[in-house]
Amino acid sequence: MADLRTDFVGIRSPNPFWLASAPPTDKEYNVRRAFEAGWGGVVWKTLGAEGPPVVNVNGPRYGVIHGPDRRVLGLNNIELITDRPLEVNLREIKQVKRDFPDRAMVVSLMVPCDEESWKAILARVEETECDGVELNFGCPHGMSERGMGSAVGQVPEYIEMVTRWVKQHSRLPCLVKLTPNITDIRKPAEAAKRGGADAVSLINTINSITSVNLDTFSPEPSIDGKGAHGGYCGPAVKPIALNMVAEIARNPETRDLPISGIGGITTWRDAAEFLALGAGSVQVCTAAMTYGFGIIREMTAGLSAWMDEKGFTSVSQVTGRAVPNVTDWQYLNLNYVTKARIDQDLCIKCGRCYAACEDTSHQAIAMKPGRVFEVIDAECVACNLCVDVCPVENCITMVELPKGTVDPRTGITVGDYANWTTHPNNPMARAAE
Amino acid sequence: MTSPQTPGIAAHRLDAARLASNFEDVQPPLDHHEARVAADRCYFCYDAPCIAACPTEIDIPLFIRQIQAGRPVEAAMTIWSQNIFGGACARVCPTEQLCEGACVREAAEGKPVEIGRLQRYATDAGMARNSHPFAREAPTGKHVAVVGAGPAGLACAHRLAMRGHDVVVFEKRPKPGGLNEYGIAAYKVPGDFAQAEVDWLLGIGGIEIRCGVELGRDVTLDQLRAEYDAVFLGIGLQDTNALGVPGENRAGVEDAVDFIERLRQTPDKGALPVGRSVVVIGGGMTAVDAAVQSRALGAETVTIVYRRGQEAMSASRHEQEHAQTRGVRIMHEAAPREIRGNGAVSEVAFAYTEAGPDGLRLREAGFRLEADQVLKAIGQRLGPLPEGLGVRGGKIDPASLPAGVWVGGDCAPGGEDLTVTATAQGRDAAEAIHRHLTGPAA
Repeated sequence: MADLRTDFVGIRSPNPFWLASAPPTDKEYNVRRAFEAGWGGVVWKTLGAEGPPVVNVNGPRYGVIHGPDRRVLGLNNIELITDRPLEVNLREIKQVKRDFPDRAMVVSLMVPCDEESWKAILARVEETECDGVELNFGCPHGMSERGMGSAVGQVPEYIEMVTRWVKQHSRLPCLVKLTPNITDIRKPAEAAKRGGADAVSLINTINSITSVNLDTFSPEPSIDGKGAHGGYCGPAVKPIALNMVAEIARNPETRDLPISGIGGITTWRDAAEFLALGAGSVQVCTAAMTYGFGIIREMTAGLSAWMDEKGFTSVSQVTGRAVPNVTDWQYLNLNYVTKARIDQDLCIKCGRCYAACEDTSHQAIAMKPGRVFEVIDAECVACNLCVDVCPVENCITMVELPKGTVDPRTGITVGDYANWTTHPNNPMARAAE
Repeated sequence: MTSPQTPGIAAHRLDAARLASNFEDVQPPLDHHEARVAADRCYFCYDAPCIAACPTEIDIPLFIRQIQAGRPVEAAMTIWSQNIFGGACARVCPTEQLCEGACVREAAEGKPVEIGRLQRYATDAGMARNSHPFAREAPTGKHVAVVGAGPAGLACAHRLAMRGHDVVVFEKRPKPGGLNEYGIAAYKVPGDFAQAEVDWLLGIGGIEIRCGVELGRDVTLDQLRAEYDAVFLGIGLQDTNALGVPGENRAGVEDAVDFIERLRQTPDKGALPVGRSVVVIGGGMTAVDAAVQSRALGAETVTIVYRRGQEAMSASRHEQEHAQTRGVRIMHEAAPREIRGNGAVSEVAFAYTEAGPDGLRLREAGFRLEADQVLKAIGQRLGPLPEGLGVRGGKIDPASLPAGVWVGGDCAPGGEDLTVTATAQGRDAAEAIHRHLTGPAA
C-alpha cells in the first residue's frame, strides 16, 4: 500500500484529503465525525474578528445544478463566514486538535484589512495549537462588500500586505486562499509569495447565479423573491480549478510555491489530477456535502491503489508530475497528425458523430447505407468532437499518422516536431536555422 | 362462493379486490422524475432508426428531448401531429418489435430507451389539459363518409376534419373505438381509456359518429358514394378462422375475440364466467390477451397451444413473457385434433406437428389437455364485402376500389394488423382524400 502520509509546508496529515473551509468544518461535532471517518485534515470554517458574529440569511443558502437523475453537478452558496462566537470556535478547535493530534488542523481567517485586527486574531488562534492558518481572500459574496474576502484577493497589493502582517505576527504556516474571480491567477499567487506565504490554496468559489425561476423571475437561491450572486463549486468547476493550479505550478515566479488544490474534487481520480498538476494536498467540500463524510474511504483507497499500480510510494512523487507537460499553445507540435477511426464492431449506429461533424465541423464522416459511419481522412482535421460525442467508450479513437506518411487532407508529409513559432504563416516567426 | 378450483365455467372465482388488482394498469405510468431519467437515455440519433421503425413515423428523439426540457405537452403535440392515437399506441404497441427494437441502445446494451412509456407520459400530460389541441382549417364544404370507427377510421376522420372537411363515421357496434374498445386486453387500457381517447379526438369538431349502422345492412357503398364526396373504408376483419376439427361447436368453445369483447364490455369482471381449465389455441396477441385475462378472472390453469415454434409466434416475446409471468403455460408445435366432451367440452386432443416441405404436418403422437373452456385465436379474416370489391392476400385489393373510395386498417394490405399501422393508413388516406378533393396546391 502506498504511503498517503502528507507533509504539506510542515503540516502533517495521514492522507492528503482535507475538508475545505466551509459548512462541513464549522463545528466540533462535524469535524469530529470527519476525523472519525478518516479525513486527513480540515480547514476550519473561516473565523472573523472578535465581537458580534455575522448573521446569515434565514432562507435558502444553496443553489444547485442537477443532472437528469438529480446528480449534483454544481452547487452555489451565499453563506458567510462562521456565525458562531469566536471564543466558541477557538475552544472547539483546541479540543478537537488535542483529541486528534495526527490530523491537520488549519484555521481559516478573515478580519478587516488592518494590521491590528490580524495581529489580534492570530494571537488567539495560536493558542489553539492548530497547525496553520489559511487567509480567506476568496469568498465572493457578503464579506467582499465589506472590504474582505475576494475584495482583498482581487488586489495583489493587499494580498501581499496582509500576508506580510500574518507572517510577522505568527510563526504558523500560512496558506493564502485565492479567488478565481480575477483575470490572471498568477498575479495574486505572486503577491502571496512576495508577502511570505508558505502556500496558496485554490480555487475559492466562482461568482454565479445558478438559475432563474421563470415563474417569479427571481434568481436562485431566492430570498423573498430576490437573489444575490453566490459562489459556485462542485464538479462543474474542476476544469477551471485545474488550469489555475497548473498556471501557478508552471509560472517561473511561483513554481516552488506549494499548492493546496481545491475545486470539484469528487473522487480519488480528481485528487490525483490536482496532485499531478502541482498540488501537495487537496481540499474537498461539495462532494462531502452531497454524499457525507463516508466518501473518504473511496478516496484514500483509490488513490493508494492507483499509486501502487504506478509504483509511486509517496504523495510527493505524484505532485507536479504533469506540470512539465503543460505548455503554451505555440509550443504544441503541429506535425502531430491524427485521424479519427471508428471501430465498426463497437459502433451502435446512433450517428451522433455524423451529426456533429456534418453540422458543426468539417464534413469528415460519411454516412453509408446500413448506417455505416466512416471517417473521410481527406477532410478530418482531428478535432476530436466525434470522440467526445460518441456514447460508446473507445468506439472512436484518434490514430496518429506515422512520420513520413502523407496527410491526405493537406498533402503534406508528416515530419519532425515543429511548432507555431517557426511556422511560415506566423508573421512573428524567426527563420529556422 | 366459487374458487379457481370450481369445475366447469363459473363466475366469481376471485374476490373483488383480487380482480381489481389483476386488471389494473399492466405497466404504471412514469412519474416526472422517472421520465426525466428515462428521457436522458435518448442519444438523439441522427436520422433515428426508431422513427423509421414507427409506422406513423413519430419524431421520437424530438418528443423525448421535449420531455427532457420539461415540456411534456409539447412532446405530446409532436406525437399527435403524426399519430392521433399516440395515447393508445403508447399502451398497446409491441414497441420491442417497433421503435424500441430499433433503438441503438437495444443493440448496444439490450436495454432500449423506454419510448412507449415516455410516449404515454407525454400523451397523458397532453390529455390532462382537457382540451383538444388541434384546430380545423377553413371549411372546404366537402363531406366524407368513413365506415368503421376503429383506429383507421377515426384517424382518417380526424385528419379530414383538421383539413376542413365534414365527416360522418358509420359504426356497426354500439360504441366507437374499434379494437381499442372491443379487442384489447382490459389491463392495457384501464379506466375506460379507449372511450376517453375517442371523446378527446372528437373534440376537434366536424365529425359525426352514427353507431349501430352496418355497411351492407343499413347502408350500401353505392349510397355512400352517391351522398358523399369521398368514402373511407376502415372495416377491419370481421370474421374469424375456424379450427375445422370435430367438436368445434361444443359448449364452452368460442372465439377469443368474443371472449375479450365481452370482458371489455362488462363493468363487473366478477360476473364473467371463466373455465377452471382454459385452453387457448393460437399464437398471436389475441391468444395472449385471452389467456392472461382468463387467468386474471381466476382460471386455475391456462394453456396456450401454438402449432409452430416459439420464434413463429406473432405475439411479441415481451407479450409471451408477460403471459408466462401471469401463470400462463405456452406449448409449441401442437395442433388440435379433436375437441371432446360429453356435451360441453371436457378435453382437447392435440397432435404434435412437424414442418415438412408441404407445410405443417400432424404427427401420430400427441397429448390431451383437460379443458372446460376453449378459446380459439387462430386469426381473423375479412367479412362480407360490398359487391365489386376484390380480395387479394386476404385483404381488400386496392385496385378493385371504385373511384372516390379509399381503404385502410386491418382490412387493407400493408403492414401488420396493429393500431399504429391502422392509424398511419387512416391518416395517409385522409391526406390523399384531401388532395383529391381540393386539387393540387397552387
